[in-house]
Amino acid sequence: MSIRERLSGNEAAAIAMKQINPDVVAAFPITPSTEIPQYFSTFVSNGDVDTEFVAVESEHSAMAATISAEAAGGRAMTATSANGMSLMWEMIYIASSLRLPIVMSLVNRAVSGPLNIHNDHSDAMGVRDAGWIMLFSENNQEAYDNLIMAHRIAENKNVKLPLMVCQDGFITSHSIENIELIEDDKVKKFVGEYKPDEYLLNKANPIAIGPLDLQAYLFEHKAQQAEAMKNAKKVILEVADEFEKMTGRKYSFFEEYKLDDAEIAIVCMNSTAGTTKFVVDSLREKGIKAGLLKLRVFRPFPAEEIAKALEHVKAVAVLDKADSLNAAGGALFEDVTSAMYVNKKQVPMVNYVYGIGGRDTKADDIEKVYEDLQEIVKSGNVDNPYRYLGLRR
Amino acid sequence: MAYNLKQVVAEKPSRFTAGHRMCAGCGAPPVARMVLRALKPEDHAVISVATGCMEVSTFIYPYTAWTDSFIHTAFECAGANASGAEAAYKALKRKGKIPEDQTTKFIAFGGDGGTYDIGLQSLSGAMERGHDMVYVCYDNGAYMNTGIQRSSATPRFADTTTSPAGKVIPGKMQNRKDLANIIANHHIPYVAQTIAVNNFKDLYEKSEKAIYTEGPAFLNVLAPCPRGWGYNTEDLMKINKLAVETCYWPLFEVVDGKYTVNYKPKNKLPIEEFLRPQKRFKHMFKPGNEWMIEEFQKEVDRRWEELLNLEEITNKEQE
Repeated sequence: MSIRERLSGNEAAAIAMKQINPDVVAAFPITPSTEIPQYFSTFVSNGDVDTEFVAVESEHSAMAATISAEAAGGRAMTATSANGMSLMWEMIYIASSLRLPIVMSLVNRAVSGPLNIHNDHSDAMGVRDAGWIMLFSENNQEAYDNLIMAHRIAENKNVKLPLMVCQDGFITSHSIENIELIEDDKVKKFVGEYKPDEYLLNKANPIAIGPLDLQAYLFEHKAQQAEAMKNAKKVILEVADEFEKMTGRKYSFFEEYKLDDAEIAIVCMNSTAGTTKFVVDSLREKGIKAGLLKLRVFRPFPAEEIAKALEHVKAVAVLDKADSLNAAGGALFEDVTSAMYVNKKQVPMVNYVYGIGGRDTKADDIEKVYEDLQEIVKSGNVDNPYRYLGLRR
Repeated sequence: MAYNLKQVVAEKPSRFTAGHRMCAGCGAPPVARMVLRALKPEDHAVISVATGCMEVSTFIYPYTAWTDSFIHTAFECAGANASGAEAAYKALKRKGKIPEDQTTKFIAFGGDGGTYDIGLQSLSGAMERGHDMVYVCYDNGAYMNTGIQRSSATPRFADTTTSPAGKVIPGKMQNRKDLANIIANHHIPYVAQTIAVNNFKDLYEKSEKAIYTEGPAFLNVLAPCPRGWGYNTEDLMKINKLAVETCYWPLFEVVDGKYTVNYKPKNKLPIEEFLRPQKRFKHMFKPGNEWMIEEFQKEVDRRWEELLNLEEITNKEQE
């Protein structure tokens, strides 16, 4: 029997880590992810796990130590947010290039400056091309489930890529909600043992990793990373299937909420999907055919599948919780529009940058987006594709 | 058993092999070779190296000069890399995933740029956390890999590409950082300053102590650079000897807080002897620049006295 609990998103992440029982956790405090290493170091101090906890002096060292712990042959995990991710940035790219299946919780928060500790997705968007698998989570349950599935995806022989599980800072990291936990022994069995083929601590077969990789080789090595990212798509679905068999909870690249017959749809990630579902339900009661595509797997980007899921819709709004400051729309919008264009789906698209720095996004705001979409359907025109939601003028 | 170079070399083949692409006359390869020779033949090592000459010249894909396990990630994190691997070792040992009879040692190498400057934080963190590791700084007194830029290890007046000896500013204007003492103030079990002189005895013995002392250890090793310092490649060992005989580079160790100065020259040579063979100090010998040599000598003397005092004070307290 699964265990019914009430936990915050950070607690859920920490408990997933406890059940995974990694060999090394190296982390540095930063709001709002601080609680994850806090809870976890309590598990260490109380002997609930047999992990080596390395209380590093910076996020840069957190990722550096995580990299070498994983390279040494251990399972290594960490957690961070915002500026912590910015400081790690150099090492994030190195982690994926060394093909190390590190798993990290990224509790999304606005990247400075100016300083702001609240939620948006600028930290995640800053590493979207770093070669990490990126899973987004609507709530504490999904943050937990994604972490339980993470190692199986990352460590797969055809993948071998690091993976980050994102959730919204404060909105889900600090909100206590009901959650269904999986029994320890089931998690242990599901996650399995980590048996790398090659690792630093294998005295019988010493290896050297992290070379100077010049013109003759780097291109091919990068192409191998790209190939692994493509391979991850199949593995993500396979692991989700197995997870569903264990828990009954279904996961895919994205969740289609009342999308199959929708005329207008929103694409978004993380907690905003919860608010959007509430609005979709109320609009449906009024006979308005609203739907939602909640993206779970942002990297690899399921372009073809998204295009297919949205092809019948008459107008789509993509919500970006990070401004690319490029005069041409947010990152998610760019990816979705590109997916549609390449797959020859002509659907009017509009972009909203919203929720920056923790600006609250209410049901009214989401309703406004659906109203705009109805307007677009009626007129057939998108006069201004790059819009803001909730910005004071 | 007394140290015997021939015996050490015969019994312990080099774990850092030929074929690397470090320059002729570079002080760093002999250091790497000798430090690793201090490992017991049956022990395995995980070596982490900061980006710099030693990394880019020894591990160019698909070739490596290292026979032990090796990891390089970036410039500033040799300390953190050693930490993470050592933490994994502890965890895997505890879980019985590494053979019981396997001993792995963790050795980090970084140049002065990767150690005194950009990697100082990661080094300090690793030392404070008490990882069982050795950090070896091969100090050549500038960012040599990128083309001789000044670092906080560059001595005063040295001509580098970012502290050029010009018409108005005669080279680097600041004195060098004293890293061995900074690390000694982390109160770790073993800190030493050494160099490859006298058949490598001092370097070998200190490496052995550093590797086999439980907990964090730090070795600061002067490793001259023929390109950056401007000496003839065949003069490497001569330069090393002059660094010691002038007390520019004192040999000392700090064991559990107690300082020992390992060599006190009977005839301390004037600093000119060390400066003259090096092109980076050429401008100091122009007429009218005598004050620079005087200032340099004063700083060397001041630091030497300070070191002797530290030796006296720390030994007195222990009595």
